[in-house]
Amino acid sequence: MMNKMLDFIPSLPVADWVETFMDLLTDNFASMFSFIQKWGKNSMESFTDLLLLIPPILFILIVAIIAFFATKKKFGLAVFTIVGLTFIYNQDLWKELMNTVTLVVFSSIIAIIIGIPIGILMSKSNVAENIIKPILDFMQTMPGFVYLIPAVAFFGIGVVPGVFASVIFALPPTVRFTNLGIRQVPKELVEAADSYGSTGWQKLYKLELPLAKSTIMAGINQTVLLSLSMVVIASMIGAPGLGRDVLSALQRAQVGNGFVAGISLVIFAIIIDRLTQSLNKKKY
Amino acid sequence: MEKIKVEHVTKIFGKHINAAMKLVEQKKSKTEILKETGATIGVYDANFTVNEGEIFVIMGLSGSGKSTLIRLLNRLIDPTNGNIYIDGQNISKLNKKELRKIRRDKMSMVFQNFGLFPHRTILQNTEYGLEIKGVPKEERRLKAEKALDNAGLLPYKDQYPSQLSGGMQQRVGLARALANDPDILLMDEAFSALDPLIRKEMQDELLDLQQRMKKTIVFITHDLNEALRIGDRIALMKDGEIIQIGTGEEILTNPANDYVRSFTEDVDRSKVLTVENAMIRPVSINVEADGPKVALQLMREEKVSVILAVDKQRNFKGYITANDALEASKRGERHLHGILRNDMQTVPPDTLIQDVLGPMSDSPTPIAVVENGKLLGVLIRGVVIETLSSSNGNGGVDDE
Repeated sequence: MMNKMLDFIPSLPVADWVETFMDLLTDNFASMFSFIQKWGKNSMESFTDLLLLIPPILFILIVAIIAFFATKKKFGLAVFTIVGLTFIYNQDLWKELMNTVTLVVFSSIIAIIIGIPIGILMSKSNVAENIIKPILDFMQTMPGFVYLIPAVAFFGIGVVPGVFASVIFALPPTVRFTNLGIRQVPKELVEAADSYGSTGWQKLYKLELPLAKSTIMAGINQTVLLSLSMVVIASMIGAPGLGRDVLSALQRAQVGNGFVAGISLVIFAIIIDRLTQSLNKKKY
Repeated sequence: MEKIKVEHVTKIFGKHINAAMKLVEQKKSKTEILKETGATIGVYDANFTVNEGEIFVIMGLSGSGKSTLIRLLNRLIDPTNGNIYIDGQNISKLNKKELRKIRRDKMSMVFQNFGLFPHRTILQNTEYGLEIKGVPKEERRLKAEKALDNAGLLPYKDQYPSQLSGGMQQRVGLARALANDPDILLMDEAFSALDPLIRKEMQDELLDLQQRMKKTIVFITHDLNEALRIGDRIALMKDGEIIQIGTGEEILTNPANDYVRSFTEDVDRSKVLTVENAMIRPVSINVEADGPKVALQLMREEKVSVILAVDKQRNFKGYITANDALEASKRGERHLHGILRNDMQTVPPDTLIQDVLGPMSDSPTPIAVVENGKLLGVLIRGVVIETLSSSNGNGGVDDE
């Protein structure tokens, strides 16, 4: 039989190898992981506390005003912000929302800080592009749940492994779009910059990054939304926030609660999506 | 004085570059090399020099390697082989830092699609070269504003390139290059993207500018008329090879091969050829020695109705008509002084033919070509027209 023909290859213990590798990492870098865990947890908790210090009404107004000006003084998003956030407050999910904000803010910022330099490296070197591209494909196609396993192995449970898993999941768009944006800078402009004797850094700062900005911003927008989509999954390993309400509603089959928490997530997603998009405007 | 010297420069694209280079050294043809190695030759063994203060035009159709060649001069593309000297310095051997210095101080480039940075204002574009050199803000602003003012663009300094027309954008491109005060301007099809009228205007401006600034300019174009109009010397390229270098006139009157000749066929020759190429040997008479009878005799022999008058040193004195000579001879006059007319137009030999076409159609007499008072030749309508229409390359009939 056809199936039998392949049996001469003994089953490879890939799972064991990965586990050995992970053990190696956790054993050797335990102190580093626990430092990150402690430091990360403290800074994120204080960030959430800081957000909670702001009276909700003030918070809602500030976001609405930002939305108003960011969308060229149109009322649509501002009104949506007021109604939406008031609804979340009304449903007594304010604290959960703030936890979610913290998680999204931290994982997005970390993903951007890591992603943009990798994207730049990729755009400058075809070798780097050929190596990094399949890794990004891997990161994006691997189900998000899988990242929870090493996250727990490294950091235990809580918000830090949640951010860790989110960063891995949300990183690829920023890297890809940064690479794309820089490679899309017209050749003649690159030649112009070179012909005047620009150094590589001057070319990057004065020409490539400004021109790639809108593409990079599109990538960042994707990264923010992807990290938000990890909120629910991260709640499975104890990350606080709206995701936890969705998860507990799921576990107890509470359709109503699940809907409320879910819709709150959607509201939040729409607001940050529109806000990050409106930051991406051309002035020339 | 030579400013740029290009010696045996070859650029090969593709794989198997070393193998292809060996074949180049064996003087194999490009098709052979492509067949054997798969490598494409961008520039094949280019040799030329550009003198200081000269406009050197590299002309060829697309794919002829002219854009590659100009990029080899500032090493936007690195040559596969050969040496390029600028002011005697071999730039093909420079490291990155030294190369940057040359690019910053010695040469600026102007691009076909202007190469302006869309996110920077006109002023910020103009000061780019100075900015990356580290010129202090105040100083570079002043220099950039001065360059823009010279181009008549100062009022637009806070606009973005997309707000300006093509012609204006290229003026900014030129101003940006000049703000750097380079010795050498590299212009890559700088006017090709512009409308014909704007293009002509820009060509005039470039020539004006060259009168004042005396830069060394390497100018790329695919338009022979443009090359002839602005080039002091022209290099013609085909398939990566330079096939002829010379002044416009040399290329028109003495094309190196059929390819060059086919190019020159539809050129407006009146804008390139000088009257020297169209003048014929004059029928002349020595006013100091000869009389009306000799004049009549000569005119009969040469079948002309007008004869030019010169002195012993062939200084141009005027002309004599057949009628006047006949009457003078009937009156028994011995000298020509009485019937000498001096209302004939004269032009120096380096006058363009286009500039004598108007006067010639108005004038009843031929036009004399005179240099330092000496008579060189005469322009007759029929011969001038024949010169303009001749497409066999031999425009001159002066050496018949």
